[in-house]
This record gives sequence, C-alpha cells and structure tokens, in this order.
Amino acid sequence: MDYISDVTWMIGGPQGGGINAAAEAFSKAMSRGGYRIFTGIEYHSNIMGEHSYYMVRIGDTQKHNLSEKVHVLVALDEETIEGNHHNEWPSHHGHLREMVPGGVVIYDGALKLDLSGKRQDIRYIGVPFDDLLRKVLVAAGRGAEFNTLRVMTNSVAGGASAAAIGLDLAIYQESFRGGTGRRAALAELNAAAAKEGFDFVMEALGGKSTFTLAPVTKPAKAPLLIRGVQACAIAKLKAGLGFQSYYPISPATDENVYLEANARAQDLVVVQVEDEISAINMAVGAAHGGKRSSTSTSGPGLSLMCEGFGFASMTEAPGPVLFLWSRGGPSTGLPTRSEQSDLTFALQPGHGDFAHIVTAPGDIEDVVEDAYESFNWADRYQMPVIVMLDKKIQSGYQTVDDLAFEKLPPIDRGKLFERNGDYLRYSFDPADGISPRAIPGQEGGIFWTTTDEHDQRGHITENSENRVIIMNKRMGKLALAAREIPSARKITLFGPADADITLVGWGTVKGSARDILPILEKEDGLKVNFLQVRLMRPFPVEEVSAILKKAKTTILVEENYNGQLGDLIRTQTGITLDKRVVKFDGRPFSEEELLDGIRTALKSSDVRIPVTHYLP
Amino acid sequence: MVVQSYTLKDYKTDVHNTWCPGCGDFGILTALQMALAEIGVAPHKVAIVSGIGCSGKAPHYLNAYGFHTLHGRAVPVATGMKLSNPEMTVIAVGGDGDGYGIGSGYFVNAGRRNVDFTYLVFDNEVYGLTKGQGSPTMKKGLKAKGMAEAAVQDNINPLALAISSGYTFVGRGYALNPKATAQLIAQAVSHKGTSFIDIIQTCPVYNDLHTKEYYTEMVEGNPRMYWLENTDYDAVVHDTTNADEVVEKKLQAITKAYEGGTGNQIPLGCYYKIDVPTFEDQISQGRPNGMDSILQPNLWNRNVSNLVESLR
Repeated sequence: MDYISDVTWMIGGPQGGGINAAAEAFSKAMSRGGYRIFTGIEYHSNIMGEHSYYMVRIGDTQKHNLSEKVHVLVALDEETIEGNHHNEWPSHHGHLREMVPGGVVIYDGALKLDLSGKRQDIRYIGVPFDDLLRKVLVAAGRGAEFNTLRVMTNSVAGGASAAAIGLDLAIYQESFRGGTGRRAALAELNAAAAKEGFDFVMEALGGKSTFTLAPVTKPAKAPLLIRGVQACAIAKLKAGLGFQSYYPISPATDENVYLEANARAQDLVVVQVEDEISAINMAVGAAHGGKRSSTSTSGPGLSLMCEGFGFASMTEAPGPVLFLWSRGGPSTGLPTRSEQSDLTFALQPGHGDFAHIVTAPGDIEDVVEDAYESFNWADRYQMPVIVMLDKKIQSGYQTVDDLAFEKLPPIDRGKLFERNGDYLRYSFDPADGISPRAIPGQEGGIFWTTTDEHDQRGHITENSENRVIIMNKRMGKLALAAREIPSARKITLFGPADADITLVGWGTVKGSARDILPILEKEDGLKVNFLQVRLMRPFPVEEVSAILKKAKTTILVEENYNGQLGDLIRTQTGITLDKRVVKFDGRPFSEEELLDGIRTALKSSDVRIPVTHYLP
Repeated sequence: MVVQSYTLKDYKTDVHNTWCPGCGDFGILTALQMALAEIGVAPHKVAIVSGIGCSGKAPHYLNAYGFHTLHGRAVPVATGMKLSNPEMTVIAVGGDGDGYGIGSGYFVNAGRRNVDFTYLVFDNEVYGLTKGQGSPTMKKGLKAKGMAEAAVQDNINPLALAISSGYTFVGRGYALNPKATAQLIAQAVSHKGTSFIDIIQTCPVYNDLHTKEYYTEMVEGNPRMYWLENTDYDAVVHDTTNADEVVEKKLQAITKAYEGGTGNQIPLGCYYKIDVPTFEDQISQGRPNGMDSILQPNLWNRNVSNLVESLR
C-alpha cells in the first residue's frame, strides 16, 4: 500500500458558520491519534458571512508551515469552490486550484452545484450532512434536538474527511471520548455521526480511500495542540505577570481575552481601556507600581503607544513588556492578515534617543522563552521590551510535546532598593548604569521621576553635564544587555554551517524557511542553511556578521515590501544581502511560494524578488 | 500600635519651586499637604501622579512617591499605579488643559471605572506654560491677555461632565482658600472610589479676567463663591439601590454646576457623592482569596498546568 505522510485538509465556508470548530475538532482528533499538526486560517475583517478557510497540515513528522497542496477540501458553501466573484478584486478564486490530482472535494450535499466544466482530475462527493445527522439523532431517540445539536454536522464532515484521507475511523471516533460533562454525554452521538460521514464517503469511493495516511503510533500522552496566543499568555502567567491593560484590536485581542478569562483564577488584573494611549500609560504606571506589567496590541495600537513607550524608557520603568501582534499595514491596512512590516517601527517607536529591547520569537518554543524572559529583561535593565509576533502565529495551531518551563531561567527582578541612608532612584554610582529601584510604599524609598530630563533624585534639570551623564547611563544599559543576553536568544543557524546558500529571516519565517532546507537539498541538490535573527535590539552585530561573512550566497526572506531586516543588517553590519525575496500581500509564504521565490532568486538577475499569493 | 501623626512639613521637599509669584498652584499644593497631614497617611504610602504643565511639577514639591508623567495621561498612569499597588494612596493632579483637553478621553473613562484614587484638576482656564492660550474651560467669547482672539470654541462644564461620566465623588475647590479646600481634598481622598475635584485657580500672569478680585467680589449682594456645606444642599446618595434617588442627586449636582447661568455664582464643596463598589471590589469577586487576591496576589508560583493540560 502506498502511504502518504504529508496531507493537507482544508475547510472553507462563511465566517461564523462553524469552520473553526470543525477544523479544531478534526485537528485535535488527529493530534490525539499521534499525527503532527500545523494549521492556519484566513479570514476577513467581518463578523459573519465573508469567506474564510482553514488549512490543517497533517503528517507523521512536524511541519512548521502550510502547504498549498490540498488533498481534501470540505466545502460548506458554493463560494469555497467558485470563489467570490461578486467582488471586482475577489479575495480568492475558489480553492479547486489548490487541490492535488486525485484530491477529494466533500461538499454539503444540500447545495445544488453545477460541477460540469470543473477540474475532472479530482473527486466531488456531495455529503448530506444534515440528513445523516438527523438519521443518527432519530436512531438515538433525539430527533427533536436537531436544531440545538446541528453543530454535530462537523463530526459528519470529520468522518467523511477521515474516509477521504484514509484515516482509521476509530482514531477519529476516539477523540470524542474521555471528556467530561456535555462533551462526554455527546461522545457516542458524535462517534455515530462520524461513522455516517465515513461510511457515506467510503461507499462513494467504492470502498477504498483515495489516499492512505501513513499509520502512526498513538502516543502515551497526547501532544499539545496550541496557538501562539495561548503559549504567549501562559508563559506570561508563568513569568509572574500582575497587570495587563489593552484596547481591543486584531490580531492581539485573543491573547488579551485569554488572560482576561483566566484573570480571576490566576490573581491577575486585566483592564480593557479606552484607547491604546491609556493602555500603555496604565501599564507603565503598573510597572512603576511594582507589578510585572504588559500590554498587547498590533501596529495601529503601537502607533498610539509611542509617547507612553518613550515615557517608560525615559523614567527607567521596569517594563512594561509590549506584545506586538503584527498584521498588514500601513494605517489600518489588512486587519486580519499577516505581515512583517512593523520591524523598523518597533526599533524606534517614539521620538528621541531611548533604550529598549526588541525580540522576535519565531515559533511556539521561542514564544514561550521570549514571553517569559522579556519580563526578566524589563526588570533587570529597567526598560520597556517589545516582543514581536504576528497574525500567523496568533491564529495557527500546531502540535508541540510540552511547554518547556523547566528550561527557563529563574525569575530575576533586577536590582532592588535596600534601605541605606539617602536614596537616589537614578544614582550614577553603579558602574553598569543600573540603579536599584524602590517599589512605592517602601519606607525610605521615596523617589521622584519625570519625563523631563532629571537628576539622580528624579527632579527636573536642564543642566548639560547631568544630561550627558544620565543619557550615557540610560543608553549604556543597551550595551550591557547585549553582553549579557546569551547568543542562543539572539540568533540561531539551522542547517549546515558550510552551506552554499544562506537564507536570512525572522519571526514566523523561521518555520517556513526551516521546512524548505531539506527540500532544496533533495530536489535541487543545494546545500542551504537559514539564519534566524531573533534579538533585534540590541542588535547581535558580532554574531550576525560572523555568519554572513562566511556565507557564499545570501537571500533575505521577509514578509514586507522591501526587506526591513535586510536594511537593519546593512545598517548594523555593513553587509548587503545578495537577494531579497519579499511578500507583502497579507498572506504568509506557503511552502510552495517560498520555494518558488528562492528558485527564482537563484536564476534571476533581479535583487528583489516579490512573491505573491497564487493568482490566475 | 503606635499611631504616627504627620504635619504639613512632612510632605514638603526643598526642591526649588519654579511657579510664578502669586500662582494659585501654591494654594493647591498647601491644601493637598494639609489634607494628607489631616488624614495621617505616611508620605511613603502616597503616590502623586501628574501630567505636564505648571501643575505637572507639583509632585516634585511633595514628599511622596512622585510621578511626573505625560501631558493628559496622569489618570491612566494613576490607575495603573493603584491597581498594581493597591495599598498606596494615589492622587492624580493636572491642569485643565491636561485633564479636559488632551486628557478628556481618560477623564471620562476613569469615571466609568471607579478605581480608588483622587483626581485634582488645577483649573485656571489657560495654558500657562505655553504662554496663555485658552483652555477647554475658557468661556466662549472671552479673551484673556495671552490669547490672540476671543475664544471661538465653547467651554465645557467639568463638574457636569464628571457627574455624567460616573465619578462617585465630585467637588469644587478654590486655590486661594487652601484651608477649606484641604478639608474637601481630605474627604475626596478618604472616599472609596474615584473622587474628582475641580479646583478653581488664578493665573496672575495670563488670566487677567478671572482674578482673585473677580472670585471674591459680590454679585447682586451675594459673594460670588459660597460653600455648599453652609447651605442645606445634600450631595450624598443615601440609598444607593434606589435608581430614582441616584438620578435625582445627579441632576441636582448638574443643576448646581450650571448655577447662575453664566457661572456668576460659584458653589464650592462636594456636589455629589455615592458609595458603591470600587473597580477593585468588583474584580475581587470570584477570586480564590477575594480582595487578598488583589492585595497579595499569588504571582510567582502560579500553577498553569491545568491551562497547559487542557490543550492536549
């Protein structure tokens, strides 16, 4: 039997129509069965009705990006197949074009579709989701509950999908069992609904699946199926977060709401405020007040937060940590799409010379480390920190075995005030520029601070000697951070050290680039490595230079217009990368798009290679 | 337990003061220091948070934790300070331009929230530090000497705005009567919830319209300013569960705020007070240790395993 070990399943339909629930239940079933999962969702800035699609990549080994080779498509509406041609610039042209030959389209049998003239190298199976569910409910004597239990058509679709990709039905059914409460009560009904879908498709396929997913061993302990927002929020709780303020904005809202939902149980204070200016200033007040504090936003929110960010840095507040979930810019831009165009801005989010740290984790593991460690940095260096994330990692689930909290360093609150005579909050004495900080309420620790230039006591002064000393003190902390932050947190090189081609990127491009290294080796005979730049400020000049000076051909891979990291590397190291493969259409690189971009870059005489989402 | 008492000088610093001679800020500073002494709160348990402008410099002249922040942002900073460190007595101070102009969004929303802190606005109707432009409380049609022309934009009524925003203590003081204003500030600081006082203040340099003489002159046989506590005015909502009484007391306060039509008659003192649960009280509900979960939260040994395990 020919097994297939890398399958992409897609479900498309109107927003609010249950595709998230269906995809997440299907993903959970697969991950519990032992498969590794990577998912992604595309959706509109719309509450209900616009087209949304969810992709789930399933395999026996972990992938870190999506592929556009779709094996099974579940279409809940006609638009999923046809595209939304009612718009002059449709957001998609239907998903048949992404299907592999022999792929299976499972559509709602209640839809009257004219499939003549459509691709004939794929199978179309109309599954009467409602009728099959009704049959199950009637058999169980619960036919009257059809309307309230209609969400279980997701289980019919899941069973149908299992048949199409050759998954053992029992693995899918097992995922419903072992829960509690309502979930447990409905487990056998869901399992029966799944069987109806499975049997229907199996019969349509003549008793044999088109594909046969390679069997895997069910793990003793199921892996986590986790999104960036969850990893980030849990790591923040682990770091001792005491205060979070926010203004709702895509794609940062989910992290805020996750924290808010858990605030009571976790002794956390979360405040939804009136705008991002209030959010940052409240977070700065909370940081000065003594709690670990953060705020989460997106690019437009950061635009409003600049003033407060400078305030935090100028007054050497121990934070806040600002979690920047990027989307497509500029201005309101593409609110629900992914882009990496906020890097240059995050490096200078405000006027004047001031110190702050910027880190850009690339995957779930990095997110856990950086979301946690950023609070240690804020406390230790008494400056705000930006952790850069994006919509892709915000919304995409993937399997990971565990969150490795045991590998994290201990909580470090930095230098704290001890009562000892006359206290100067901004004492110039410490050679490293870090003055012990008092927490309001401490006797003998009274201090003043101001966004005006100030002296050691925190009172306003416009004296020029003081200005030079305290500027050197504040800015000098960046050099200290650069010396102390370990190299492993600054950069990572994936692949052979002596590669012919070095890809350079940051953020979620990490996963996309890692996945194509073995493909380029196998299919193109190229020895390629990937340099992930993670710490953006203070910039790891030595580490990046050392690798790039040895590199033969260098290709920047970024999801923005011109390659902001490329510009940063040139500014910081004087090194100009040979090629820039860029994408700025609001959709992250798929595996195929990135491969195309790299191959084009190697053939083309152009320096800048823009890649766009597949269009006719 | 030894109860320590404090005097005005415990709240003073020797920082060089840059306010103009005769500035109303001196009276407000003194009133605030007197109020703190009367309440008897230790200086290290007080945080003063200010915006930008002449009033913004107030924290430097007060012996307490002092945060001189950004223009218009004192209220959110004070909110974060209080929620982060609830045992502090938090007082936000700022000017009329700071609070009602650039900070108007925060002014309104702080009222909705009812975090336990006090907000004092130093109201002299002008932007002093930028040389006398009219502020949001400068009446339409008036021209103070630093203004290029008479105010074209209408003025707001800060007390009416505070009432409709939800502040649970609303009052008005007068900088040149620090003793009585200190009493009002002490009541405001002791109030549980967000208390707000608009403190009328002279600017001897730029406000040549509303001077000490203007505020103390007689209008139709009565002093322009009078204290509500010397009348039969009852500012307090007695039955907080009675929606009709709440509305009635709010409308009474708003009417008071517009007294005299053009503001010829200026009532001072507490306009409105209601004792309802604070933001802190409300968010402490349903926490493992109630209010202690806010005051002494468990932050460093959190158990997140249930959150992690639920993802398998």
